[in-house]
Amino acid sequence: MANDPQAAAGLYKQTLLAGLWRENPVFRLLLGMCPTLAVTAAVKPALTMGLSVIFVLLCSNIVVSLMRNFLKPHLRILMFTLTIATFVTIADLFLKAFVPVMSERLGPYVPLIIVNCIIICRAEACASKNGLVVSVIDALGMGVGFTLTLCVLASIRELLSTGKIFEVPVMPDAFVPWAAMSMPVGAFITLGLLLGLVNTVCKRKS
Amino acid sequence: MSKIKHFIQQSWLLIISAFFFGLLIAIANARWSPRIKQNRIDKLNRLTADLLPEARHFIDLETLDIEIEVESAKGKRKKIKVYKAVSGADECVGWSFNAAGSGFQDKIELVVAVDKDFQSIAGFDVLASNETPGFGDKIKLPNWRNQFAGAPVEGLKLVKTGDAKKIDSEIVAISGATVSSEAVVKIINNSITQIKKQMQKKGLIDNGK
Repeated sequence: MANDPQAAAGLYKQTLLAGLWRENPVFRLLLGMCPTLAVTAAVKPALTMGLSVIFVLLCSNIVVSLMRNFLKPHLRILMFTLTIATFVTIADLFLKAFVPVMSERLGPYVPLIIVNCIIICRAEACASKNGLVVSVIDALGMGVGFTLTLCVLASIRELLSTGKIFEVPVMPDAFVPWAAMSMPVGAFITLGLLLGLVNTVCKRKS
Repeated sequence: MSKIKHFIQQSWLLIISAFFFGLLIAIANARWSPRIKQNRIDKLNRLTADLLPEARHFIDLETLDIEIEVESAKGKRKKIKVYKAVSGADECVGWSFNAAGSGFQDKIELVVAVDKDFQSIAGFDVLASNETPGFGDKIKLPNWRNQFAGAPVEGLKLVKTGDAKKIDSEIVAISGATVSSEAVVKIINNSITQIKKQMQKKGLIDNGK
């Protein structure tokens, strides 16, 4: 397939689009629910979380793809976790050094990326079976898909709970903030409604 | 011998990558740890300045060769940073110190400010904590912290119900986060009396009464 540039381009496009919509980690695979529910009270922390996940996903997919031929089947999960933990620690240190406010806001959820199913799922399902290019595109697709989903959820919640998006006021003064939207209950309700919406759209399409 | 060979065969990748990854983290840490430390110091200064608005600068007692130690609930003695807050007219307007103790799931680090005679608390703020989001992390909110501003330094008590607006030694717990509220009260109670005693001994503040 690699000899045929057109087929290869098609595969790359498919891989990229899979993460954005067809296999969107949050809406279609229901992976990574913990950060999805926990850090989407406002857009800024959601975006920070999304970018950190993209970084970790990209690095771990690259490393796993490079070492895929040397992996021993019974040690592979150990290797994935080791790789992921390394890059999460680096991301955590980076956030602490350069964006301390966000690092505090996200608190334990940055180190918790280590056990984020999306990353280990991509290492197992894609990077350990595919070459470098496909793995990188897959990481970008999945990571951007995850980040966009988080931002959509976060904008809805931030808008309804504070009347602002990205800390910029957008609602008229008469708007009464719904405090519940910034609490866990708001996360569950928003996610549930969005999942229902996505399922309806997908059924219509098919 | 064959056992060792088998072991190496199976795990060489793990050993090499563990070493390599360790190196990566060490480099990142060496690069960024001064910055992380500086961020913490900046935050401490900002928080203390908010608690003691009259203060213009702070003198670290360690630079005056005065050491203050606090014994934790577990009996460990630890040196503690105490700062003298000085106003523009070079008068002492209060003291601030760092205090730490165990919270609900991780250590809570506080910065506490008291008035110049160590009679009442000027306030506290949270330097670092990992309390449950939505519950325990409400210890950071001003409307809970305000209960401490003006409260007497000795014998803070946690109560489940009461008037949070009344300033006295009774602190109303956050509903749903009793453990975190209790932890804060304990940390303050434990450190403040010990520090006061040592400071009186060293003649830094009056012996009271």
